[in-house]
Amino acid sequence: MAAQTLYDKLWHSHVVSEEADGTCLLYIDRHLVHEVTSPQAFEGLKLAGRKLWRAHSVVSTPDHNTPTDHWDEGIKDPISRQQVETLDANIREFGALVYYPFKDKHQGILHVVGPESGATLPGMTVVCGDSHTSTHGAFGALAHGIGTSEVEHVLATQCLVAKKSKAMLVRVDGQLGRGVTAKDVALAIIGRIGTAGGTGYAIEFGGSAIRGLSMEGRMTLCNMAIEAGARAGMVAVDQTTIDYVKGRPFAPNAEQWDAAVANWRTLVSDDGAVFDAVVELKAEDIEPQVTWGTSPEQVLSVNGRVPDPAAESDAVKKGSYERALQYMGLSANTPITEIPVDKVFIGSCTNSRIEDLRAAASVVKGKKKADSVKLVMIVPGSGLVKAQAEAEGLDKVFLDAGFEWREPGCSMCLAMNADRLEPGERCASTSNRNFEGRQGQGGRTHLVSPEMAAAAAIAGHFVDVRTFA
Amino acid sequence: MKAFTQLNGVVCPLDRANVDTDAIIPKQFLKSIKRSGFGPNLFDEWRYLDHGEPGMDNSTRPVNPEFVLNFPRYAGAQVLLARDNFGCGSSREHAPWAIDDYGFRVVIAPSFADIFFNNCYKNGLLPIVLPADVVERLFKECEVQEGYRLNVDLEKQQVTTPSGEVFSFDVTAHRKHCLLNGLDEIGLTLAHADEIRAFEARHREAKPWLFV
Repeated sequence: MAAQTLYDKLWHSHVVSEEADGTCLLYIDRHLVHEVTSPQAFEGLKLAGRKLWRAHSVVSTPDHNTPTDHWDEGIKDPISRQQVETLDANIREFGALVYYPFKDKHQGILHVVGPESGATLPGMTVVCGDSHTSTHGAFGALAHGIGTSEVEHVLATQCLVAKKSKAMLVRVDGQLGRGVTAKDVALAIIGRIGTAGGTGYAIEFGGSAIRGLSMEGRMTLCNMAIEAGARAGMVAVDQTTIDYVKGRPFAPNAEQWDAAVANWRTLVSDDGAVFDAVVELKAEDIEPQVTWGTSPEQVLSVNGRVPDPAAESDAVKKGSYERALQYMGLSANTPITEIPVDKVFIGSCTNSRIEDLRAAASVVKGKKKADSVKLVMIVPGSGLVKAQAEAEGLDKVFLDAGFEWREPGCSMCLAMNADRLEPGERCASTSNRNFEGRQGQGGRTHLVSPEMAAAAAIAGHFVDVRTFA
Repeated sequence: MKAFTQLNGVVCPLDRANVDTDAIIPKQFLKSIKRSGFGPNLFDEWRYLDHGEPGMDNSTRPVNPEFVLNFPRYAGAQVLLARDNFGCGSSREHAPWAIDDYGFRVVIAPSFADIFFNNCYKNGLLPIVLPADVVERLFKECEVQEGYRLNVDLEKQQVTTPSGEVFSFDVTAHRKHCLLNGLDEIGLTLAHADEIRAFEARHREAKPWLFV
């Protein structure tokens, strides 16, 4: 048999049937369901009198709308509350493997909850009505976001109608420098290939620098695959993957463990496997990254300067640079380190795991928030992350620095709850999108790593975390 | 799903690359548990001068006269002409719902984000990829010619300009069949229920840990 990529293996092991034009029915192992993209899907099932094909494939929790403070007061926004209560009712009616309702100690961002509960396993196909489902590819799984019609389709049939994408290998070899994180790798890749660079591809991240990343780092990287245009990102299985999964609540039991591990060890691209595209980066060339514009591809090293649209020859690109600078309230050629921040957000499915909080705390310890910074919010990814951080005393480090320590949820990554930027406010954010209005209408987002966000909170402006003491 | 066969409609040009789904329909409108009613909030932050929230009477809000959707010449447009990477970002199907609810039936661009592209087909909305130089020409023609219309024929997979120029576009056989006939894809898939059950049994046998 010809050498296969990891993506080939994951795809072919889930094809139920194939039409002449290559359209397949792809079997789905895990379906993550949240409150925003599911109500219309459940309504569709009800109208057609359909049931779930396999309720035990469903793992669900509300995350987008839930508040991150004053939990004793419930969800104050009536339409947010209605959406969360609709999910409660739908899961009650249709069933699930597990449901963590609002305020449950396990509740949190689905892309944090799935992996930490062992509900995401190597070799799985994982879907969710959320584009950041690519996160789960970190486990050597085929994972991607779907729309609400597809949510309904998977609930009813356990299958997705899909065509195979092309395969891209993004190889990062070498040793990442101190203070350079998976987030910087992700942003550097997007800076290189652009936000449409991965369109039509499934990306496998490989190379020695990727092998050296923890599972948390790999999740951060795969999470951002969609910002490079690729629905799915993935990393081959190795000992790091297996060690992370072992002992988690939904991981294989002792009886099945050895067989599962033997299968997972095959979840790597074969030697000689052919990719449709290969992109190579050197780890040593990657510096801490900061986005300056309104697309994740508008990104620079922290030691760079805001670009000058006048120097851009492509008319469409020049127009977007001008629009971005105007929206962001920035002048061409301004050093990134001279950009002040009003707010700092550390959280989101990109960077809210325990390792992210530890990294941020290590920068913050013993220091205080700059007076000019209005608010620093630390929003853990799940109730379990929050409890772990508190057991390690990280909450104290943040509170002592004048930061706010919040309840878990998606929060100001997309500002569907009350956490948002006011018009004109500038934010250092560990989230994944710096689109216009993403964190609140008129809000200005700069994407960075947790370490870089923490350092900006202390300094009041962006600083190179490698030389920040 | 409603079918799409053929259309002759006014074209509205949206001259921006990387238009994301947050711009197409901002997050506050995603709190709705319905599938319809998103049209008045399509491109909300660009289209109005105030901040929009669900439940507002959109007919009394101040509109941004500089945003192309508000130009009288594009009233009633059914074809949205866009730039590269249209629909990037979030997977929210509310984006095609809003575009459809506004009255568009076709979106033409040099490239689309994958999830958005796929979501369109589930809602009777036809996304068409044409080469960048062709899209550039359509933008120019649209600008100089008021009331500029395009004819879109899905059966023939052709876009025809007012001067009679014809451009062909690709669509997979499966999507074309579903869209032309307005088929319920779940019903189609459930016709394969025996195959799905057989696959599931083999899969469970081989990898029982996936079925806790």
